[in-house]
Amino acid sequence: MKRKIPLLITFTVGIILIISEFIPHKPFGQLSGELEIWFLIISGFAILLGQLSLFKVNILKIQYKQRDWQFYVITLISFVVMVTLGFLWGTGKSAGMLGHGEIITSTLGHKPFDYLFHNVYQHLQATMFSLLAFFIASAAYRAFIGRTVESNLLLTSAVLVMLGNTTFGSLLTGWLPESLNFLHLPKVSEFIMTFPTTAGQRAIMIGAGLGIIGSSLRIILGIERSYLGGE
Amino acid sequence: MEQFFATLGIWLGALFTFAIFSFLYKDNPFYKTAEQIFVGLSAGYWFVYTVFSILIPNLYDPLTQDFSANWIKIIPAILGIMMLMRLIPKTEWVSRFPISVVIGTTSGVFFLRYLKSDVLNQLTATMINPFIGENWVVIVGQILLIVGTITGVIYFYFSKKHTGALGVSAKIGIYFLMVSFGAAFGYTAMARISLLIGRLQFLLGDWLGIIQP
Amino acid sequence: MRKTKQIDRRWLFLLIFFGVALPLIFTIGLPLETTKNVHMVYDLIDGMPKGSRALLSFDYDPASMPELHPMAKAVVKHCFDKEINIIFTAMWPMGVQMADDIIEQLKDDYPDLKYGEDYVNLGFKAGGMITIQSMGKNFREVFPKDMNGSSIDELPIMEGINNFSNIGFVFSLSAGAPGIKEWVQIAHDAYGRPTSGGCTGVSAPAMLPYINEQKQLTGLLAGLKAAAEYETLIKTPGSATKGMDAQSIAHLIIIIFIAIGNINYWRDRKALKKGGK
Repeated sequence: MKRKIPLLITFTVGIILIISEFIPHKPFGQLSGELEIWFLIISGFAILLGQLSLFKVNILKIQYKQRDWQFYVITLISFVVMVTLGFLWGTGKSAGMLGHGEIITSTLGHKPFDYLFHNVYQHLQATMFSLLAFFIASAAYRAFIGRTVESNLLLTSAVLVMLGNTTFGSLLTGWLPESLNFLHLPKVSEFIMTFPTTAGQRAIMIGAGLGIIGSSLRIILGIERSYLGGE
Repeated sequence: MEQFFATLGIWLGALFTFAIFSFLYKDNPFYKTAEQIFVGLSAGYWFVYTVFSILIPNLYDPLTQDFSANWIKIIPAILGIMMLMRLIPKTEWVSRFPISVVIGTTSGVFFLRYLKSDVLNQLTATMINPFIGENWVVIVGQILLIVGTITGVIYFYFSKKHTGALGVSAKIGIYFLMVSFGAAFGYTAMARISLLIGRLQFLLGDWLGIIQP
Repeated sequence: MRKTKQIDRRWLFLLIFFGVALPLIFTIGLPLETTKNVHMVYDLIDGMPKGSRALLSFDYDPASMPELHPMAKAVVKHCFDKEINIIFTAMWPMGVQMADDIIEQLKDDYPDLKYGEDYVNLGFKAGGMITIQSMGKNFREVFPKDMNGSSIDELPIMEGINNFSNIGFVFSLSAGAPGIKEWVQIAHDAYGRPTSGGCTGVSAPAMLPYINEQKQLTGLLAGLKAAAEYETLIKTPGSATKGMDAQSIAHLIIIIFIAIGNINYWRDRKALKKGGK
């Protein structure tokens, strides 16, 4: 029963949604609309589950004094502070449990939750991802070697697109006459993106699309059961 | 006072920026601290917004303000609480019920949408007359588009060994895929560099005031 | 085995750092050419009648701000200049703050615009494609209130909006999933609304197949360069245009790195063939 009923639910819900596409009237239209709203609400709880799991995992790491456990204390403190500030005074124009916190907002210039977001979180996340700029340059030097026909194609296409994406691209080939305009670097880059790249990406999209259709059918029909986990 | 906190905010931003950048030299406690603050704040942000944006307006308010019209929302509320049972190992199996609703909904919708948008519409978009175009460059491009799409899809057919005509087509398909990956790398490089540009615009503009932000 | 000594990658990091920083300080200001996909987006917005309602979905977080924020600002500015009313929403939680930030940056340029009449911020909803599909069936049940807690029945801009029928076009600023793909699949393919978008350079190639004769996607703003091109088209240079010099120099540095890496490889290979001397 612990596995059979969920499989039945998956089948029923999946079939209702597929049928409602072709018969949008009662009851299928109403049922599918209602299921979609339920999905939104359950997604909200799923997000809460994720955050609470993070909390639980960090508590366990601190409890068992795993390597670098002191840093996980920082994680928990940051989490608790952010949640507390958000619930007490809200965010933006939404009120919290203690209202809008006019005094603290006028002191900080923002609500405390928004202050932390703009002055700490935003910079942390942006910088974390900007590290990738350095790594991509280093990877290009070490790994981007033209050994085979395929890698040479990859290399050539990458270099032409990169040049075409810069203002130097226009400068380097701007002197070409109108009859050779197709060799102008920005035009070459645009050609590569519009035609061969689109072709390759379209092939991937069709292949992935067929795979997703297959997986969805397998899940609805109960052939694929890995989402149920173990016993 | 507001001006003081505004300036403090910029200095905090710069401090955390350098804490993360210090990883480029080597891993260190400043980077680790900044990283864990990021994780904690991110989780806290998601938690607060989920409650304020979803659970209150879509669940709590309808149930408390007009229960008779919205009583059915008790069901997703119960399913949501069952989802949270996943945190306790003994009651983990209870979460299978809401998961099956989520998976069933997703599978049903994905089946339809991917079939239409990613398969049928893409096949239609490939069935163009390649010889109608503004100039010869467009005509050549359209031919490449058709050939590339067909050979690319052939490459992904692994039920038969890639020999003979199938092998040649798959090889051509791989060439198109390589051109596509190269272009993707070019765009990825642009994207990553843009992120660094953004950081430096903050440091040089907002923090040091050397450039106009 | 490589014989040429590999440069310590921290020197490469330093070179990239200065390669990006110096052009930001000492600008060159080379002209920019606009491309077809950017023009398609511009023409879509420019051709919208006054008073149309656009749905702008902010599906990104601060990590993608350098690329998407300038194009968001340019698109919103263009919409306000054309007197198009904007319904802001977000499929990513941080998108709400991103939308708020754009409104904050532009409100002094448009002091006559009224919240609730000319624009509204409906806030964040989870659920991706399923939620977007639900919006197409019963918009008001998905968004009973705006992000400030006001009922959408009280907001004049939301009058008559029960699904996507009265939406002029949908524009998604997207850093991943959910994003442009989901909006195309639902808003355009299921409900027939013109759909366009701006995305990071990383996701741009995957969106290109949607730019086709069926107009699944009406143009695409891909990355910082497209943001700079859009700023050029609306004649308001901003942070994207200022960043293009640094972008160009950094790309040249990377291409030089690739060239050096290849030269070293082929030199080592030649040496190996000659007996490794």
